[in-house]
Amino acid sequence: MATSPTHNTEQPLLDVRRLAKTFGKTPVLRDISLQIAEGEFLTILGESGSGKTTLLRIIAGFESATSGELLMSGQRIDTIPPFRRPVNTVFQQYALFPHLTVAQNVGYGLRIARRPAEEVFSRVEQALAMVKMTTLAASKPSKISGGQQQRIALARALVNRPKLLLLDEPLSALDANLRRQMQIELKALQREVGIAFVFVTHDQEEAMVLSDRIALLRMGELEQIDSPREIYNRPATTYAAQFIGHTNLLRGEVRNGIARCQSLSWPAALADGPAVFSLRPEAIRFGSPPRDAIHFRGRVLQQAFHGATELLRIRCNDSLELTVRAPSRDDWQGELDLEFSPSDVIPVRDSPERA
Amino acid sequence: MFSRAYRAAITLPPLLWVGAFLLLPYALLFCFSFWSVSPEQYIVHSWTLDNYRELFRVDVYWQTLLRSMSIAARVTIFSLLLGYPLAYYVSFRAGKRKDLLYQLVIIPLWVSYLVRAYAWKTILGSDGVLNTSLQYLHVTRHPLEFLLYSPFAVVLTLTHIYTPFAFLPIYAALEHIPRNLIEASQDLGASPAQTFLRVILPLSLPGVVAGATFAFVLSLGDFLAPLLLGGPSGIMISNIVVSLFGAAYNWPLGAAISFFMLSFVVALLFLSEKLEKRWSFQ
Repeated sequence: MATSPTHNTEQPLLDVRRLAKTFGKTPVLRDISLQIAEGEFLTILGESGSGKTTLLRIIAGFESATSGELLMSGQRIDTIPPFRRPVNTVFQQYALFPHLTVAQNVGYGLRIARRPAEEVFSRVEQALAMVKMTTLAASKPSKISGGQQQRIALARALVNRPKLLLLDEPLSALDANLRRQMQIELKALQREVGIAFVFVTHDQEEAMVLSDRIALLRMGELEQIDSPREIYNRPATTYAAQFIGHTNLLRGEVRNGIARCQSLSWPAALADGPAVFSLRPEAIRFGSPPRDAIHFRGRVLQQAFHGATELLRIRCNDSLELTVRAPSRDDWQGELDLEFSPSDVIPVRDSPERA
Repeated sequence: MFSRAYRAAITLPPLLWVGAFLLLPYALLFCFSFWSVSPEQYIVHSWTLDNYRELFRVDVYWQTLLRSMSIAARVTIFSLLLGYPLAYYVSFRAGKRKDLLYQLVIIPLWVSYLVRAYAWKTILGSDGVLNTSLQYLHVTRHPLEFLLYSPFAVVLTLTHIYTPFAFLPIYAALEHIPRNLIEASQDLGASPAQTFLRVILPLSLPGVVAGATFAFVLSLGDFLAPLLLGGPSGIMISNIVVSLFGAAYNWPLGAAISFFMLSFVVALLFLSEKLEKRWSFQ
């Protein structure tokens, strides 16, 4: 049963082509193009108002795009109604039918598809076992907890064996502990069933934990689409660098292969002119025997406890302030010798300003 | 919180009101229904079940009772057949015109019942709008007599008057259905028709029961529409009660019929509430 994500480049499972959506005169999505491979876990990450839910609803068929195409295994699907699309959705508020039992909810799609009764029964049983909810089969949705409803919603969608499962912030209503647990289960489940997931969330940590790839959406535009590691290590834009993890943005000038930002300078293979760089707090280390690193000194302004590590706010000898990740310790203070490697300073594009 | 005296002071007046103007008259009615009238037209204060027997023994009484129920049942069915699609349309399909359409359904309720009943009289009469139009268009040569002074006229008028009462609870039930349930149903492969039958209709049943109860109970006890439009073939049980308390001067029999109707309606309301509770999932 287990299949690993195959990033088949020949024909993507879902091909989103130049999708745009405007509500009235307000553009909500602009020129979105992306592909989803069979078995892939793709997260659409963005703040509220970024258009991420609209994109999901267009794929499901609850909204229609203003322009652009959706192809599934090479077939246009944006022209067919939602009930004919080989796609299932886990809704944000679960949307379980209150007049049906848990088992009837899970069997709904199969019964609509006129599957024989024995098949419905055994597949519902399997689906409930998969989410560990067999004992609740006869309960009404109003009698079970949010976390349980969440699992039922998942079972109800997966039992139909869709080619693609859409999940609209399914974990956002759960409390932090349950949420972390469900993230782990969800990821394991996705591997087990091998169905491609498109998961919408505003939580960057959740996106990083779950995804094969993250599509970062900002104000209706695709900012970057890459693996979590790639986005974290090589953010394309200032927004991507800041939204996923902490970072220091260094705004400076490149001249003759040397980048300069206030008192700091380092080699950078870029054309001359102004440039922006991202430097992760953990890429700044404490002074050690000189290698090819860039050394500087800084004074601790404040520290914030983050469990295993501390984030220090450091002021260099000029007005430049940087965030540095340091081992957990009660009292960081005074002057520190610091260094970073030029290869950790990632040039990024400025994210466009927009009203 | 509040002192005993204060609580008594605010609850006593409404209790006295209900006691004096509702419970006492009902108690009186109840007593009257077991008394009788002497040939000299005095009320005889001795207890008997004759009045109740009379109701089922004399043809005109039980036949009128059955006709009332049949008229009320027809009004209920037609009100639901009109009210449900209307409520569905306003709730799901009207879009921006939703508020306007809702108001248009409500506005007739502000017009006097009598005006609306008389309006049908001018439409259905032999010199009425309908008959003169039909004759003008040479569809018929003579006025259609069955239009007015018939059970048909009563059913038509009552349906017109009570459809908003059926509409309102159905509309409220439909409005309460979370829209993501409809999306979930479509997402699971159900066509709009299947979604209606499997999700919308079951979830709106409490509203249908409430609407049906309104339409049935209100038209069962109606007395103006049959009086104005029913003619001899369209009289209903309330008209009989009115005449028993008036010209016929048989208060005990009138009270017995009233009390029977009251019990019937209360039982019906009780049943309808049970059904509503049973089918309510919110």
